[in-house]
Amino acid sequence: MKSFLELKNKLIEDGIPEEEFIARCTEPEITPSLEETIANYNQMLRCEIHDLPIIFVGIDTSGLASGADIIFKLIEEEIQKKDLKVILKKNGGLGFGAIEPVVEIKHPGEDRIIYRNIHRKEISDFIEKTIIQKEIYTKKLFATHGNSTSKIQNINETQFFKNQKRIVLRNCGIINPVSIDEYISSGGFRSLDKVLRRMSPTNVIDEVVKSGLRGRGGGGFLTGKKWELANAQSESEKFIICNADEGDPGAFMDRSILEGDPFQLIEGMLIAAYAIGANYGYIYCRAEYPLAIQRLEISIKLCKGYGLLGDNILNSGFGFNLKIKKGAGAFVCGEETALINSIEGKRGMPRPRPPFPTTAGLWGKPTVINNVETLANIATIIQRGSHWFSSIGTENSKGTKVFALSGKITNSGLVEVPMGVTLRDIVFSVGGGIPDDKKFKAVQIGGPSGGCLPESVIDTQVDYESLKSIGAMMGSGGFVVMDEDTCMVDVAKFFISFIQSESCGKCVPCREGTKRMLEIIERIGQDYRNIKEPIEELYRFKGIIHLKRLSEVIKDTSLCGLGQSAPNPVLSSLHYFKEEWEEHIYERNCPAHVCKELLTFTIDSNVCSGCGLCIRKCSAGAILGEKKQPHYILEGKCIKCGMCVDSCRFDAIIVN
Amino acid sequence: MINLTINNIQVKAEEGMTILEAANSVGVHIPTLCHLKELFPTGSCRICVCEVSGFRGLVPSCAYPVGEGLRVETNSQRVRRARKTIVELLVENHPEDCLICVRNKNCELQDLSEKYGMREHRYVGEKKQHAIDISSASMERDPAKCILCGRCVRTCNEIQNVGAIDFTNRGFRSNVTTPFNKGLNISDCILCGQCILVCPTAALREKSSLKVVTAAINDKTKYTVVQIAPAVRASLGEEYNLPIGTNVTGQLISGLRRLGFDNVFDTNFAADLTIMEESAEFIDRFTKSNNLPMFTSCCPGWVKYIEQNRPELLKHVSTCKSPHEMEGAILKSYYAKKMGINPKDIFVVSIMPCTVKKFESERPELATEHHPDVDAVLTTRELVRFFKMAGIEFDDLPEDEFDNPLGESTGAAAIFGTSGGVMEAALRTAYFKLTGNNLQSVELSEVRGNNGLKEASFEINGNKINVAVVNGIGNIDPILDEIQNGNSKYHFIEVMACPGGCVNGGGQPIHQQREKILKRIETLYEIDKNSVSRFSHDNLFVKKLYEDFLTEPNSSKSHEILHTNYFNRKKILEQ
Amino acid sequence: MINSDKIFTKYTKNDRSNLIGILQDIQEEYNYLPETMLKKTAEHLGLAMSTIYGVATFYNQFRLKPLGKNIIRVCRGTACHVKNSANILYALENELKISAGETTRDKMFTLETVACIGACSIAPVINVNDEYFGGVSIKEIPKIISKFKKEEKETDKKELHEKLS
Repeated sequence: MKSFLELKNKLIEDGIPEEEFIARCTEPEITPSLEETIANYNQMLRCEIHDLPIIFVGIDTSGLASGADIIFKLIEEEIQKKDLKVILKKNGGLGFGAIEPVVEIKHPGEDRIIYRNIHRKEISDFIEKTIIQKEIYTKKLFATHGNSTSKIQNINETQFFKNQKRIVLRNCGIINPVSIDEYISSGGFRSLDKVLRRMSPTNVIDEVVKSGLRGRGGGGFLTGKKWELANAQSESEKFIICNADEGDPGAFMDRSILEGDPFQLIEGMLIAAYAIGANYGYIYCRAEYPLAIQRLEISIKLCKGYGLLGDNILNSGFGFNLKIKKGAGAFVCGEETALINSIEGKRGMPRPRPPFPTTAGLWGKPTVINNVETLANIATIIQRGSHWFSSIGTENSKGTKVFALSGKITNSGLVEVPMGVTLRDIVFSVGGGIPDDKKFKAVQIGGPSGGCLPESVIDTQVDYESLKSIGAMMGSGGFVVMDEDTCMVDVAKFFISFIQSESCGKCVPCREGTKRMLEIIERIGQDYRNIKEPIEELYRFKGIIHLKRLSEVIKDTSLCGLGQSAPNPVLSSLHYFKEEWEEHIYERNCPAHVCKELLTFTIDSNVCSGCGLCIRKCSAGAILGEKKQPHYILEGKCIKCGMCVDSCRFDAIIVN
Repeated sequence: MINLTINNIQVKAEEGMTILEAANSVGVHIPTLCHLKELFPTGSCRICVCEVSGFRGLVPSCAYPVGEGLRVETNSQRVRRARKTIVELLVENHPEDCLICVRNKNCELQDLSEKYGMREHRYVGEKKQHAIDISSASMERDPAKCILCGRCVRTCNEIQNVGAIDFTNRGFRSNVTTPFNKGLNISDCILCGQCILVCPTAALREKSSLKVVTAAINDKTKYTVVQIAPAVRASLGEEYNLPIGTNVTGQLISGLRRLGFDNVFDTNFAADLTIMEESAEFIDRFTKSNNLPMFTSCCPGWVKYIEQNRPELLKHVSTCKSPHEMEGAILKSYYAKKMGINPKDIFVVSIMPCTVKKFESERPELATEHHPDVDAVLTTRELVRFFKMAGIEFDDLPEDEFDNPLGESTGAAAIFGTSGGVMEAALRTAYFKLTGNNLQSVELSEVRGNNGLKEASFEINGNKINVAVVNGIGNIDPILDEIQNGNSKYHFIEVMACPGGCVNGGGQPIHQQREKILKRIETLYEIDKNSVSRFSHDNLFVKKLYEDFLTEPNSSKSHEILHTNYFNRKKILEQ
Repeated sequence: MINSDKIFTKYTKNDRSNLIGILQDIQEEYNYLPETMLKKTAEHLGLAMSTIYGVATFYNQFRLKPLGKNIIRVCRGTACHVKNSANILYALENELKISAGETTRDKMFTLETVACIGACSIAPVINVNDEYFGGVSIKEIPKIISKFKKEEKETDKKELHEKLS
């Protein structure tokens, strides 16, 4: 057997009802005539039986950025050159960015071994060692999917994976993301099968309500409740939209799911559509995610071919069509009503609510909009039951949450942890702490709507309410760690500058207010010698005095979530890092040496070799000096760009 | 009925009402900026926010429906602070040149700034910079003054369906512009000026012609003649705080004389003349079944619209010049000859409720030997400025009468200023011409009123005539589609670009009592009702004009003087 | 020559929801949105030109001016920011003598910033055309630029060669 589609056709020929298709794929025993064939095919899909060694290369955007495609090509060439008999497979990414590019090797009858950080220059050695000599390439060994031995740890015992609980990410990096058969073989579409054959829409909604699943896109609204609202609408035309417009700087969870396990999302959407009575759906995906879009397109096509999308799915009478809409680069389109406008071909500006999308959304029809991660949870909830799901997490926050761990952290990558773990667990256990012996300073969670949290609250549990109570929010899952070299004023400026440039401009407080907030913060980091008019100095202090009031009004009056949460990064920073702000304001000093205009640059004459490199790099012409003589910086001319510091090979430039 | 409390006042509101409407119903005023009564709320300006029980943030009252048991606070410290901050933010990004601004003392932002006691600059920073667009003959666009309330955009797109301007860019760089920020003169704009009427500031305004008019009056070699459109007399008083719709014809005439015009004439005269020509043209087309339906051509906004969008249908438009152009043409031919004045020395000024008329007066085909039929057009608003500059106060003005012969008019001409008026006047005369009798019931209620499309059928001499009256250019497209598809049932169609007709023209006084402008319409019908004659064909001076000069309606002479031709502007715009 | 009609035949007439898709296709073909194509779009969808222009200027993705041959995108996501991507941007601006959002006079390079490339693990990241450069330092910037300048020269030479022979 070459594919489950072949099986499906055969079943239909044999007069077996179409609705049994999925069950027969994964339960060989109920089709005695084909039991062995199906069982064998499943084992092959799961790489349990194979004649040739298999090489897996993890390819997703994160992998590509580390050169995984080049590694794949080089391995391909190497195989040809050495005329090796192996199977070379493209996989999704494991989500552990710090060890990419990842290559895995599996010999027949042996465990699957994971290798880390494979470099293009070592391909030949690597293939020689692992494929030809069938040995372990210890230099880049990471872990095994099999049992731990003295030499090698099981992946789930490694520091990064140990404390994770992977529900949403369970298939990422394990299966080929665009193989529908591998997905089915791993238990995929069993939930859809269950829903279509044994559950009414109300049953499904009840199950999701009972599971306690809340929206993973930021707001944290109960998913089941949302479905209930849409289900209650009597209109015949309804829509389900998957919000894959992940625009948070520093968040890439949704992309990894789209790239690593698109079928899981599609299955979740099918179930949601069935529950609310929608026959059409859209996946609104950022255009900046070409690989995700490509994989979604392939997956949708495959599903149509298998009869899992389209009319009368698995002979249930339920039909569902799915389309991809590419976003065009606007952060605000993550907001539900702006997203609807964007799908309708309008400027992505939010609409006032009510009416809520569940009553009047896309083209005025009841519409449910769920985030990628939310929908990716659905199949598992249906499969394993609401009781199982609600046993994970805390009282009000159930299940797991995926975070994109990045910044000044040893193990950067995607982590999925049960709700209720502490921030400390994530930073120091999963994340492996701060590299280079630097001190932890803060973690930014929730992106532009969230806040910067200091060490004093790091033992807070990760759940919707706890995070809100300390001035952050779950957000979509950005988790950026900062160390002592990060300036909190600068970070606040970064976020407000981001929001300011992404504000749609519709409502006054967000359009005008965030601009003024940015200006006020910019003035704090301004070199007083650049101030030409004395009145500007007055504006500087006036701004600081009014910053909080302005922030509060923006929160209070903005039209959509973007504006309402825009001041959060600033307010939380002001709250937790007051001293650092005051040092900037009163002493004109940036302790982290980030706010350039507040710094002075001098050259240590004892260290300077007089190579002249910094003179060439200085665009302001502020560095003077003879060849082979110590150079010096003219302070008045220095624009504090820091180019000299970065170019100096002797670390002769002192920054204060 | 829904019960709620607003500022501790028990309010009974109808279901579906907004908090804003409920508050207004009990005399609680809530400021608004982006709100347009007739359209779905956008909730963009946030000035109308209130505290509502059960909500974390403040709630925009214009967009939020009333609910049972809601407790609303419109005047709390928190609300006032929020509103004040919003005003401050708007002012900080607005040129503070109120003293030299055309909307000084009639500006909603200025008003709010005063109301909320803005006394200092709290949030100083960058202000947006934009060049003023003076490219069009009628209007100026000054985006630096725009506060992005979106009322113009929605009026242009949703009411007028013209779509000349829209929001562009985003965030702090948001703007309201034409495509590629090019001039209005090469945009889809028809210059109707409805956007000016809704603009809270001076971001949109007419292009002033006061300078040329004052210069002409001061020029002793010029013989200055002024004419007043029908709709101006019913609206100008509002600028002097008279009740909306007060008829100020008499004061207007004496005021214009005091300004130094040599003659004060009435566009209504030419309206009667237009009816003579247009009804003759219609009868001619109707009997020959030629190019039907026929459209009226009084409204230059409508003419510009069809030239730009459906030039293939131009043959359906009556070739009659609009009334003030006819008046100008007669002044510079018949009247000049009669008075022995060189037509070159006559300077004709039209006082119009309209902005497009400025553009129209510059059309090269509406001129003889480079001398335009009308030299300058002043809007109602500009005339008031002129009056105020000249120290003319309405209270003290005696009433006066028009000069003759071009000041004489009938009731039929007066109603030109409202939607349906031209049709009614034309039918009165057409009926007479076809039957030899005047209509028994003069008032044709079928074509009156404020519907976007009014239809009627009349039987004249056994012929059924189907007419339609289109009120607001946004309602025209389905009719044009029908004609294009060859299935229009109409014979005669009146179109006015502005909703309500000229009474609501883009050159009329700007105020926030938009719902009351219907009073102006009543005034015009009142003038008609009280007129000695209500039929254009009874205008004695018009009769005399035909006897002395034009011979008869639709003659070659009248075609030379009173008719015009149109251009395919779609092509011009595409170049 | 690009067959512009090909773009439109894919999309139903007068269906506004196709607008963004059409604009994306146009930009794919032309690498920016030429005014004439926007006019055709307006006609195809029965929309006012101002509406099209409003949408085209709202989204980051759309360009109304032609881009350079090489597009350099500097990631300005949070992770990159805390790893000093501001300096990388500054160095690029300095090297190319343009500001972010601009194109060099020789039309060789366009410099842009993006909200987040999503390769936070290897921050700071820049992306030139389809190639990623992770963990870049200021020192590497001139090398990266000259690499693309060289490639350009080589292809030019090749083309000239082909023309001559």
